[in-house]
Amino acid sequence: MDALLIQVLNGLDKGAAYALIALGLTLIFGTLGVVNFAHGALFMIGAFCAVTMQRILNISTSVIDETQTDFLGNPLKIETPVIQNWFGPEMGAAIQDWSVPLSVILVVPVMFFVGYAMERGLIKHFYKRPHADQILVTFGLAIVIGELIKAFYGANPIQTPAPAALSGTIDFGTWFGFEAGAVLYPAWRLVYFLFAGAVIAAVFAFLQFTTFGMVVRAGMADRETVGLLGIDIDKRFTLMFGLAAAVAGLAGMMYTPILSPHYNIGMDFLVLSFVVVVVGGMGSLPGAVLAGFMLGILQSFASMNEVKAIIPGIDQIIIYLVAIIILLTRPRGLMGRKGVMED
Amino acid sequence: MTKSNFTRRGLLKTSAVAGAGLAVPTIFTASSASAFTNEPTGDTVTFGFNVPQTGAYAEEGLDELRAQELALEHLNGMGDGGMLNTFSSKVLDGTGIMGKRVNMKTGDTQTKSDVARASAQSMIQKDGCIMINGGSSSGVAIAVQGLCQEAGVIFMAGLTHSNDTTGKDRKANGFRHFFNGYMSGAALGPVLEKAYGTERNAYHLTADYTWGWTQQESIQAVTEAMGWTTTQNVLTPVGAGDFSSYIAPILNSGADTLILNHYGGDMVNSLTQAVQFGLKDKQVNGKDFKIIVPLYSELMAKGAGSNIEGVYGSMNWNWQLGDEGTAAFVKSFGEKYGFPPSGAAHTCYVQTLLYADAVTRAGSFNPCAVVEALEDFEFDGMGNGPTLYRGSDHQCFKDVLVMEGVASPSGNAAMVGYDTLSIVEQTPRAQVEYPEDHPMFAGGSLGECNPGA
Repeated sequence: MDALLIQVLNGLDKGAAYALIALGLTLIFGTLGVVNFAHGALFMIGAFCAVTMQRILNISTSVIDETQTDFLGNPLKIETPVIQNWFGPEMGAAIQDWSVPLSVILVVPVMFFVGYAMERGLIKHFYKRPHADQILVTFGLAIVIGELIKAFYGANPIQTPAPAALSGTIDFGTWFGFEAGAVLYPAWRLVYFLFAGAVIAAVFAFLQFTTFGMVVRAGMADRETVGLLGIDIDKRFTLMFGLAAAVAGLAGMMYTPILSPHYNIGMDFLVLSFVVVVVGGMGSLPGAVLAGFMLGILQSFASMNEVKAIIPGIDQIIIYLVAIIILLTRPRGLMGRKGVMED
Repeated sequence: MTKSNFTRRGLLKTSAVAGAGLAVPTIFTASSASAFTNEPTGDTVTFGFNVPQTGAYAEEGLDELRAQELALEHLNGMGDGGMLNTFSSKVLDGTGIMGKRVNMKTGDTQTKSDVARASAQSMIQKDGCIMINGGSSSGVAIAVQGLCQEAGVIFMAGLTHSNDTTGKDRKANGFRHFFNGYMSGAALGPVLEKAYGTERNAYHLTADYTWGWTQQESIQAVTEAMGWTTTQNVLTPVGAGDFSSYIAPILNSGADTLILNHYGGDMVNSLTQAVQFGLKDKQVNGKDFKIIVPLYSELMAKGAGSNIEGVYGSMNWNWQLGDEGTAAFVKSFGEKYGFPPSGAAHTCYVQTLLYADAVTRAGSFNPCAVVEALEDFEFDGMGNGPTLYRGSDHQCFKDVLVMEGVASPSGNAAMVGYDTLSIVEQTPRAQVEYPEDHPMFAGGSLGECNPGA
């Protein structure tokens, strides 16, 4: 039972990442009708914003210490982070320790700008082109972004640890009556799940309870009529692209302590996220979230040794297997809208 | 009346044989003017350095490339000569190889077997490379070794740790300086027994390809021989990223030791996530839970950061060794690039010099002459103590290092990965040697050397 609980937690955690990316993908598809294969790259840029913040906080001044030597026997360069000079060693170290959560101040504006620039600079030229063209150009863009990241940051995964206060484990089982130590779960993964839930709730609230959101929803349902009412729906959709990019970026930023960022991290999530979108139903925001969590949990259960003993390799195919079954029985996905991608 | 011997069937057979002969790529045939593939005719000779320049192991590949460039500098008489000054064989004098200046061509393996083969083939066929060196994966090494055997050039393997490279997939034209999974097990065993005792339950997470399988088999054999039990061996896909689903079952499996048969980014992720799940702080059956990473590299240690503290592993070579050869190489490399060389860099550097030395001793670039010169060659001064290139399987036998992850003694961020691995023991060569017919290496044969003629 405790093993099952751990896999449920794992599934919710994975599902949270899938749901966040799929939510952004669906926002873009639902508003602009663009199949954005560069969405994984946005996740990656968010992750590298956390790396950048870490590096900014580690900018150091160096002094030569003649009493010590480096590996070649030369006098040793001692480096002291500027932030520790400004705030003192303890406070400076604490700020450095919290570099991942602090990255949010970098991620939101950077990602919003990246999304806005991407839509205005490239994507808008492909609105009336076939989906195949959109896929090709956005996939190409993802490769270019990946190579640029590699050129700046190298190909190796880069450690971006969670703050020390959140890097231990939580005895989750005791909350549900298990004996102490039976269900230990990494604190940061719970933080990620809660964070994802908050972001998803915020996006839904924004769309549901603001005038801006109401107009966007109206535009998603009938773009032409909204335009005829004199509303500049294109401008709002561009802002939605920026919002979707920010959501993907936040998802990437908060995932860095779980998976050390590298230049290909976006691609790892992209294909799975598209499956999530299709299973949830093209253009359906609640569908994307539901499918994200559902597939995350299924994937976790399929990774259990007991399950793999019965069906070897099931963990590698479960998501695609479920996608096939759902599309055969519900061609529009779990919550797909009629008419979306059916022309 | 004469009776013709030609029949329709005979004509078809003859045509088929002739067609097949013509269809064989020129890479696998020598020109009538050459005695062997890519025989150098001018005053230069070209080496092919086939390393991952993109993909997951690109950083390691670039470090290999740095070392290979350094080796060429030393062969051509530039720089301080590095290990040429300490190498026990003294036939190389910094004037190239047999009077020919050494050039290089590089290829990108992308750590994909098919890409690596295509890249090596291009270097042999288009660039006229006489030797191929480098790589950071056993799958790639085995694929390229097979190609070099067919093409008639020498393959001096880079970082490849699978038993199969010089086991069931060994080839006469292929040579491995790097150690292997068996040797890691043989070196680690006594250290683990001393540190953790003889009663342990080990849980293996194993990368699902040739290297992972042979590494796991080797470690399991050693640990079970000293009394440990194997709770479970779970194969994980390469590049899984999030290993949480594989780590969670360990928590309540009764295992008190986790052995991560992972390399590169997979090891960085699986170790980091294992630590996040609290395994290093866990107690099982009254024992502290332990994690072991049988194969370490500096770049992995850099990626894993402080998570490697207290984790044992093994290495082929490390820049902190105190011998003259190591000091010379570290000085050359460090002054040129500003940081210490990795183990991958070392093995590629040494392989390049060993090939050049073998050619010079043989007095010929003919691959079969080079094979003869390398087989059962004993040498020293290259950083691993007295070393033998065994003739029967083309595997180098030398001391192996047992390492332990530690907190950075220098506190210098640039040295993370380099000084966060500490040498626990230099396991003597005799302890890691094995007979030619050892079952873990069975099923292969070197075959005949192929000069390409």
